[in-house]
Amino acid sequence: MFACMHGTGNLTAIAAEFSPLVEQTSADTVTLDVSGLDRLFGLPQEIASAIARRMREVGVEARLALASNPDAAICAARGFAGVSVIPYGDEAKFLAPLPVSILAPSAELAETLERWGIRRLHELGALPPLGIAERLGPEGLRLRELARGEAERKLAAIDEPLLFEDAVELDYPVELLEPLAFILARLINGLCTRLATRALATTELRLRLKLEAGGVHERTLRLPVPSTDAKAFLKLWQLDLEAHPPVRPVIDVWMQANPVKPQAAQSGLYVPAAPEPVKLELTLARIRAIVGEQRVGWPELLDTHRPEGWRMAAAPTGGGVAVARPASTRLALRMYRPPRLARVMLSAGQPGFVSAEGIRGKVLELAGPWRSSGDWWTAQAWSRDEWDVALSDGALYRLFCEERGWFVEGSYD
Amino acid sequence: MGAAVLRKDFESLLGGQFDWQSRRAPELAPTGVSGVDIATGGLPRGALTEIFGPPSSGRTSLLHSILASATARGEVCAVVDAEDAFDPPSAAAAGVRLEHLLWVRCGHSAEQALRSADLLIQGGGFGVIALDFSETPATGVRRISLTSWFRMRRAVEHTPAVLVSVARQSNAKTCASLMLECSRANGEWSGARGTSRLLRGIGVEVARRKPGRAVAARFEAKGRG
Repeated sequence: MFACMHGTGNLTAIAAEFSPLVEQTSADTVTLDVSGLDRLFGLPQEIASAIARRMREVGVEARLALASNPDAAICAARGFAGVSVIPYGDEAKFLAPLPVSILAPSAELAETLERWGIRRLHELGALPPLGIAERLGPEGLRLRELARGEAERKLAAIDEPLLFEDAVELDYPVELLEPLAFILARLINGLCTRLATRALATTELRLRLKLEAGGVHERTLRLPVPSTDAKAFLKLWQLDLEAHPPVRPVIDVWMQANPVKPQAAQSGLYVPAAPEPVKLELTLARIRAIVGEQRVGWPELLDTHRPEGWRMAAAPTGGGVAVARPASTRLALRMYRPPRLARVMLSAGQPGFVSAEGIRGKVLELAGPWRSSGDWWTAQAWSRDEWDVALSDGALYRLFCEERGWFVEGSYD
Repeated sequence: MGAAVLRKDFESLLGGQFDWQSRRAPELAPTGVSGVDIATGGLPRGALTEIFGPPSSGRTSLLHSILASATARGEVCAVVDAEDAFDPPSAAAAGVRLEHLLWVRCGHSAEQALRSADLLIQGGGFGVIALDFSETPATGVRRISLTSWFRMRRAVEHTPAVLVSVARQSNAKTCASLMLECSRANGEWSGARGTSRLLRGIGVEVARRKPGRAVAARFEAKGRG
């Protein structure tokens, strides 16, 4: 089953929403293969009404025809106003009243047919094929087939790269984020629909805002898993633009989605529930808006003995250094960030009294010094002496001494 | 028609007496410390548990054990760190699977911590959400209104998450379903004074303050060596 749209507007974009096989037949005619859409929409009439509805939604004015072969659909779309659905086997009967000129014959052939008095398709279709072959040649035979609605051919499909992008040029500069959100919603919805119709999703959305008086504001949104959740995307863009607003009013909005295959995962019956990835990303974006960028994430240990040897990853990668689970409970260390500068009174070369911000006490017990150093082969060499001390204030601390002086690194708890 | 009559009719339809009052017992999650699990039964899911005690009383060691136990089961956990004091190497040494742990570093702000925890609860899917106020001065945590704690308790209800608050003193009061008070029993130092010594660990006493009568447990948190 084939459909043909004949009219003005971006017909190719609408056709691409319904089928991957789209032919740009002429500047004002687009033909598409709608085979298989019956499973989605039902009868050919319902497919036709779905396409017509979409045309109305985007404001495209075009005639639409459905037929069992592309050329019959093209003839019907060019010849009849509104929506036409040609039943299988009735092509010749349906196309019969149309003028021969609709087949766009060559000037010489048109003149011959005119002289013969052949003006309608049913008249052309009724001529004997042998006689036509003798007198008009292969072109005449081809025209007869078209007139009878019997021509079979494959569509010359447009080989367009899968590019999911859209842009809106604004009538007036938009200064506030709220009205901008409406424009973003429109773009996101369009892109998500196009991705969904191709059974695709996205992990990356790029936004380019052209600003008044020159300049461009570009942002990229990355997701840990592919998604087409338009609502989540809109909220993520809102949070991102609240954190990084454009410096001047916006006059043009462009958005692009990076298409990827959607991720299908079946969770096990006994696997513990985990946060839903897109929802988690939204939650993290909201938390980032509260606590700041780079302050939310998944800690990963680095392969170093350097103090604070970890980094914060935006998503769990499992790439950090693995540590085996101990058999017993371990004494935890709580860090002071930054380490607290301490005044340490020495007694027999060992800390005897410690005073720092919020910490003051006589050393009751101590262990150390534990000398540690590393990266001496680089410019970031480090070296220090560590002490574990129990102070008279009742707490246990870790002290360290380095070139800059004494510091309290943290407390054991 | 009175409520009692309605109840009787309904019970007769169900074919027996029906228990209208008692709630379903909450599911319990183990802490990873056998003594504490025996004394308390575990941490109730969908409820707030408070762990409190003075500095160096083993609160964080107990929290790390809870996180290690939950992440070992494959649950995703979150630490909302009000004072930016969480130490990933220390947590990893305690057995916490860091790839299952979300860390929110609040810049010394209890309010940010509460809002972040609220968002995490609403987001769902976490096994344990820990609110760490251990280093926050008592005056700062006391400023959190009881209404905020109540809202938090309501938010976590009917979810499988264990909400844990760690602080110097009990703050949530009636909103907490389980209260564990930690105190340091002793510090274990090896070696003679004046020679090379080692902090081997601490002995921690955990007392259940709520619910029911006080029950105590004890565990050792091992240090260096």
